Amino acid sequence: MTNALLYNSLGYPILSVILLTPLAGAACCFFIRNQTVLKLWGLLVTLMTAALSLPLWTAFDRSTAAYQFVEELEWFPSIGLSYQLGVDGISVLLVLLTTLIMPLCILCSWKYIEHRLAEFIFVILAMETAMIGVFVSMNTVLFYIFWEAMLIPMYLLIAVWGGPRKDYAAIKFFLYTFIGSIFFLVAIVALRVKTGTFFIPDLMASEYSFAWQAWIFAACALAFAVKIPMFPFHTWLPAAHVEAPTAGSVILASILLKMGGYGFLRFCLPMAPQATEMFAPFLIALSLVGILYGGYLALGQNDIKKLIAYSSVGHMGFVTLGIFLLNDEGVKGAMLQMINHGITTGALFICIGIIYERTHSREIGDNSALGMFMPVYVTFLGIFSLSSLAFPGTNSFVGEFLVLMGAFRSQPLVGAIAIPGAILAAAYMLRLLQKMVWDTSDGHMHHHGEAALEGGHGEDHGEDHGHGRRLWDLDLRETACLAFLVVFVFWIGLNPQPVLSVMDASVTHLLDQVAAGQAAAVSGH
Amino acid sequence: METMITSKILLPVLLPMLTAFAVMASGSRPNLREAWSLTGAVLTFISVALLVPHILAGGSFSYTLFELWPGIAIKFQVDALGLLFAGTASFLWILASIYCVGYMRGLNEHAQTRFYVCYAVSVGAALGGAFSGSLFTLYLFYEIVSIFTYPLVMHHQDEEGYEGAQKYIVYLMFTSKAFLLPAMAIIYVQCGTLDFAMGDIASGIFPADASRWMVVVSYILLFFGFAKAGVMPLHSWLPSAMVAPTPVSALLHAVVVVKIGVFSICRIMLSVFGVDLLADTGLGLITAYFVSFTIITASIIALTKTNLKARLAYSTVSQLSYIILGVAMLTPNSITGGLIHIANHGFAKITLFFAAGCIFVATQKKDIREMAGLGFAMPLTMLAFALASLSMIGVPPVSGFVTKWYLALGTMDLNNLILLSVLMVSSLLNAGYFVPVILTAYFGKPAEGAAAAPALLETRPLILLMVVPLLITGAISVAIGIRPDLLLAIIHLLM
Repeated sequence: MTNALLYNSLGYPILSVILLTPLAGAACCFFIRNQTVLKLWGLLVTLMTAALSLPLWTAFDRSTAAYQFVEELEWFPSIGLSYQLGVDGISVLLVLLTTLIMPLCILCSWKYIEHRLAEFIFVILAMETAMIGVFVSMNTVLFYIFWEAMLIPMYLLIAVWGGPRKDYAAIKFFLYTFIGSIFFLVAIVALRVKTGTFFIPDLMASEYSFAWQAWIFAACALAFAVKIPMFPFHTWLPAAHVEAPTAGSVILASILLKMGGYGFLRFCLPMAPQATEMFAPFLIALSLVGILYGGYLALGQNDIKKLIAYSSVGHMGFVTLGIFLLNDEGVKGAMLQMINHGITTGALFICIGIIYERTHSREIGDNSALGMFMPVYVTFLGIFSLSSLAFPGTNSFVGEFLVLMGAFRSQPLVGAIAIPGAILAAAYMLRLLQKMVWDTSDGHMHHHGEAALEGGHGEDHGEDHGHGRRLWDLDLRETACLAFLVVFVFWIGLNPQPVLSVMDASVTHLLDQVAAGQAAAVSGH
Repeated sequence: METMITSKILLPVLLPMLTAFAVMASGSRPNLREAWSLTGAVLTFISVALLVPHILAGGSFSYTLFELWPGIAIKFQVDALGLLFAGTASFLWILASIYCVGYMRGLNEHAQTRFYVCYAVSVGAALGGAFSGSLFTLYLFYEIVSIFTYPLVMHHQDEEGYEGAQKYIVYLMFTSKAFLLPAMAIIYVQCGTLDFAMGDIASGIFPADASRWMVVVSYILLFFGFAKAGVMPLHSWLPSAMVAPTPVSALLHAVVVVKIGVFSICRIMLSVFGVDLLADTGLGLITAYFVSFTIITASIIALTKTNLKARLAYSTVSQLSYIILGVAMLTPNSITGGLIHIANHGFAKITLFFAAGCIFVATQKKDIREMAGLGFAMPLTMLAFALASLSMIGVPPVSGFVTKWYLALGTMDLNNLILLSVLMVSSLLNAGYFVPVILTAYFGKPAEGAAAAPALLETRPLILLMVVPLLITGAISVAIGIRPDLLLAIIHLLM
C-alpha cells in the first residue's frame, strides 16, 4: 500500500508556523515585567496560534487519507533522519483541539496564578508546542522528542503551581508516564533497526512477522495505556488532576489523555494489525473494566475534581473500547469521544476552577445550593454535566453512541456490558448537579461559623451568599471561556458530520490497513 | 398521500422554547412572565392547529434538521398520531397556563421564573416528541422532558421534594440509559436506520430477514425503556412525582410526561415494529396481557389511597395502560379505542388534577376524608370533578365511554373474554375509587369539631382563574363524549 503525501501548498509552512509560534512566544516571556502584559501576551500568542491553525480546517482535503500540509527538511542525513511534519484526518482534529483549548488555559488562570507568572506562561506555551509537535510529527524520533518534552512542563505545572500534595502527584505522574515511554523508545529503536527508517508512513507500509508485531504492540500499548489512561494504569490521573492548577487539569484532560488514543491509532493498529487482533479482546476487557470501575469510583467521590478525574477514566474506556472494536463506528466514535471529552471535561475543570476561586474548596458539600446565587454559572455547569453524561443532542452522545453501535454490531455482549457505564455516568453527574445546584440539606452550613470568625466579611460586600460564602456570578472572561465551549457541545451534538467527514477517509484507510494486515497473515500461513 | 417538506413544523417545538427565553428575560416581573407564558401557549396551539387541515386531507409533513450519521437523523414528521397528542397537549397548555397563575399566586410559590421556564420547555419537548420522525429524535425529546421536569418535581426543595425528584430522575434516566440506548443500537444494526416507517401501521422498519430474537429483545428493551408510560413494575416514580405543585401534576404528570411515554410505546409499536410483525411474533397479545395486570393492580392500589393526588396518580397509572392495551390488541377498533384515550384521558385527568389543586388552594385540604361538604362550597369545581370521574369510569355520554366502547369492540374482534373481563373489572374498580370522592363531597358530614367549609369559595378572583380552566376541560370531556368525530377522523387516517 502506498502512502501518497500531499505537500503543503499554502505558500508558507503552516505546521511549522503553528508549532513554533508558541515556542517563540514563550521565549519572550522573560523580557516582560508587567504581570498584566504578561498574561495578555500569553493570550495573544495562544489566540494567534489558534487563528493560524484555522486553515488546517478550511483547506483540509476531506477526500483523501493521505498526509497533508507535509513539510520535509533534511536533518541528519547520515542516519536517514529528517524533519518531517504532516497531518491526516486523525491528527488534524487533535491539533485543532489543542490550539483551540490553549487560549482557555490562559484565560482560566487569569486570577488563579499569582506567583511566578512569567514561568507559568512560559510553561503553558512550551507545552503547546510539545503537544502540537506530537500530533504533527511524521517520524518516530520527532514524535518521541515531543512526547518526552511534554513531560517536563506538565511536571512543572503540577509541582510548582499545584495543591498541597503537589510533589507526590507530580512525581507519580512523571514516573508512570516516563516508565511507559521507555518501552516505547525501545520499540522505535527496534523498528529502526528492523526497517532502516524513522518515517511513520514507511513503517506502516512494512510487514512484520507476527512475533515481532506482538512485541512492538506490547511495548507501544503500554506507553499509550498509561497515558490514556487505561485500567489498571490509571492511578496517576486522579492524583495529578486534584493537585494540578486549573490550567494543568484542562491540558491534562483535554489534550494529554488524547495522546494515548492517538498513539494506538497511529502506531499499534497500522503497524501491528495481527497483534492488534490478538490483543483486542484483552484490551476490550480492560476498557470495559475502566468504564465500569471509573464510573463506580466517580459515584463515591466528594471531591469534585476527583469525581471528574474518575469520570475521565470511564470516558477514556469508551475510547479504547471503540478503537479495539476495529470497525467504522467504533473507531470514529472513539475519535469523536476523544474530541468531545476534550471539550466537555475541559469545560468541567474550568467550572471547578471558577468555583474554587470563590469558595476555596473542591468539596461538593461546600459548593452546594449555588443555583440561587450563580444562575449563569449553574446553567453552564448543567450543560456540561449533561454533555458529560452523554445526553442526546450534546457532543458526547454522538461519540458514545457510535462506540455502542460499533459494539452491538460486532460483539453485542460487549455492548451490553458497557451500558451500565452509561448509567453510572448519568448517576454521578446528576448527583453532582443536584447537590451543587440545589441541595441545601448538608454542606455549606458550617461556613456559618467561619464567617463569624472572620468578622462576617459578607457584610462588606453587602451580600451574604449561603451562610458566609461570598459568591458572585461569572464575569465576562469566565463567561466567554465557557460559552465558547458550549458552542462546540451543541454543534457536534446536533451536526457532527463536518467533524466526522474530516476523519472519514483516514479512518477508512486505517481499517483497510488493519484488514489487509490480517488478510496477509492468513494467506501467509 | 402527499408529504410536505417544510420547516414550519419546527414552529410548535420552537415556540415553547422561545417562550421559555422570554420568561427568563422577564425575570421577576410576574405579570410579564405570565403574559409571555400564556401568549406562548396560545401561539403554540395555533401553530399546531394550522397543521390540521393538511393532515385531515390525508397528507403529512416532514423535515430533516440534521443527519448525524447515515440513517440517524434529527427528523420531524407529523402524522395523525403525532397530531392527536400534540393537539391535546398544546391546547391543554393554554388552560394550564391560566390555571398556573391562580395556583402559583394563590400559594405564593417561590422560584416562579424557574417554574415557568421548565414548564414551557417540557411542553415544547413533548411536542418535539410528538412530531419525531425517527427513534433518535423521539429519544432526544423524551430525555429533554425528563431533565426539565426534574426541577419541577423538586420545586418545593424540601426533604420530600428532593426524595421524590431523586426517585423520579433515577427511574426515568436509568430506564432510558439501560434500555433505550441498547435498543437503538440493536435496531440500527438490524435495520440500518432509526427513521420511523410512518404512513402505514402494518409494516415497520425491520427487514423481512431480521432475526426474531433481536426483534423480541429490542421490543422488550423499548417497552421498558419508555418508563414514563407508567407500566408496572416501573410505575412508582409517578406517585412520587406528586410532590410537585399541582399544575405540574395536572399538565405534566397527567398529560405531557406520561403521555409522551405512552405515545412513544404506541409509536414504536406502529412505526418501528408494525402491526404485522407484532401479530406474527405474538408480542401484541403478550403486551395486552402484561398491561392488563397494571390496569387492575393500579386501580386496586388507588382504592387504598386517601390522599386525593395519590389516588389520581394511581388512577393515571391504570388509565395509561388502557392506551397501550388498545394498541397492543392490534385490531382497528382497539387501536382506535387506545389512541382516542390519549385525548380523552388527557382532558378528564387534567380536570381532576385542576380540581384537586383548586381545593388545596381554597381549603388546604389534600385528604379525601376531609372533603365533606365541598360539593356546596365549590359547586363548579366539584361538578367538573364529577363529570371527569364519569369519564374515567366510562359512563356515557362522557368521553371515557368512547374509549371503553372501542376497546370492548376490540376484545370482541379478538373473541378474547379475558381482556373483556379486564375492561369490566377495571371499570368497576374505577367507579370504586371515584364515586366515594363525589359522595363525600356532596353527602359526607364534616368531622366533629371541624369548621364547616365557608360558602362559595369560588368567588375569589385567584380561585376563579383556576375554576374557569377546569370547567372548560370538563365541558370538553363531555363534548368529546357526545361528538368524538374529529378525533375519530384523525385516528382513522392512520389505518
